[in-house]
Amino acid sequence: MGRYRFRSPLGRATGLGTAKAGAGHWWAERVTAVALVPLTMWFAASIIAHGGSDHMTFTGWLGSPVPAGLMILLLIVLFWHTELGLQVVIEDYVHSGAKFPALIVMRFVCFALALAGILATLRIAVGGWAAAPSLSMASLLMQPSSMA
Amino acid sequence: MEPITGKHARPLSPNIQIYRPQLTSVLSIANRLTGVFLSICAMVLVAWLVAAAAGPESYSAFQGLTGSWAGQILLLGGTFAFFLHLCGGIRHLLWDTVHGFELRQIYTSGWIVVAASVVLTLAAWIAGLTMAGPS
Repeated sequence: MGRYRFRSPLGRATGLGTAKAGAGHWWAERVTAVALVPLTMWFAASIIAHGGSDHMTFTGWLGSPVPAGLMILLLIVLFWHTELGLQVVIEDYVHSGAKFPALIVMRFVCFALALAGILATLRIAVGGWAAAPSLSMASLLMQPSSMA
Repeated sequence: MEPITGKHARPLSPNIQIYRPQLTSVLSIANRLTGVFLSICAMVLVAWLVAAAAGPESYSAFQGLTGSWAGQILLLGGTFAFFLHLCGGIRHLLWDTVHGFELRQIYTSGWIVVAASVVLTLAAWIAGLTMAGPS
């Protein structure tokens, strides 16, 4: 099933056109788009409900299993979709020697951002931000004693 | 036979500089532009999560940035871009099922995308401001 059905029988038989994985990009863009419909709706509702919350309320909410899981799922699918989309934009408009470096840098940035978001969510969810050593002296000093 | 050097002016088919903007073409490029803009918004999402993970100080610093007038304008633009890309994306998924390709249907779905994006943006901000409360 999946991507192979999108190639015409003639295209498959002659072996012309796209080399092996032509419909793969198109198909992945669709699959991530379908997944992002409910995930981003959940995110929009969450940001409405928790966008203005203070730190303790917000981390308390994001630290619980279901929101943390959905946030990690959102980050994976969102940056996957972003990477697929920006790839097409770069391929369409960058024709110089900068094209391949741009594609590689864009891909690295997408991976790095997704990883940063996932690690941040895990830090809030597993053990909580207060249990782990603080990222800076300033934030360490600012921690209320009740959080210890 | 003349070598193909590209020095001779060759006729080009008309492109976007020639055509009058239409709903179809405007929504097509809007889907791409909002996609690029939402990539930047995705960076803001990561910054928000990292700020929350770093502690209350950086979290409130982030809230200070998003609460500023520049941050609010960016968030409003991000909300509209999100809904336009979402509705436009659903329209694309509908097309992928080989439906809605008649000219009338294309314009109807196009205007639905525009109207739905405006309504959903307003609804989200009214809900957000109501949740934030008068305090």
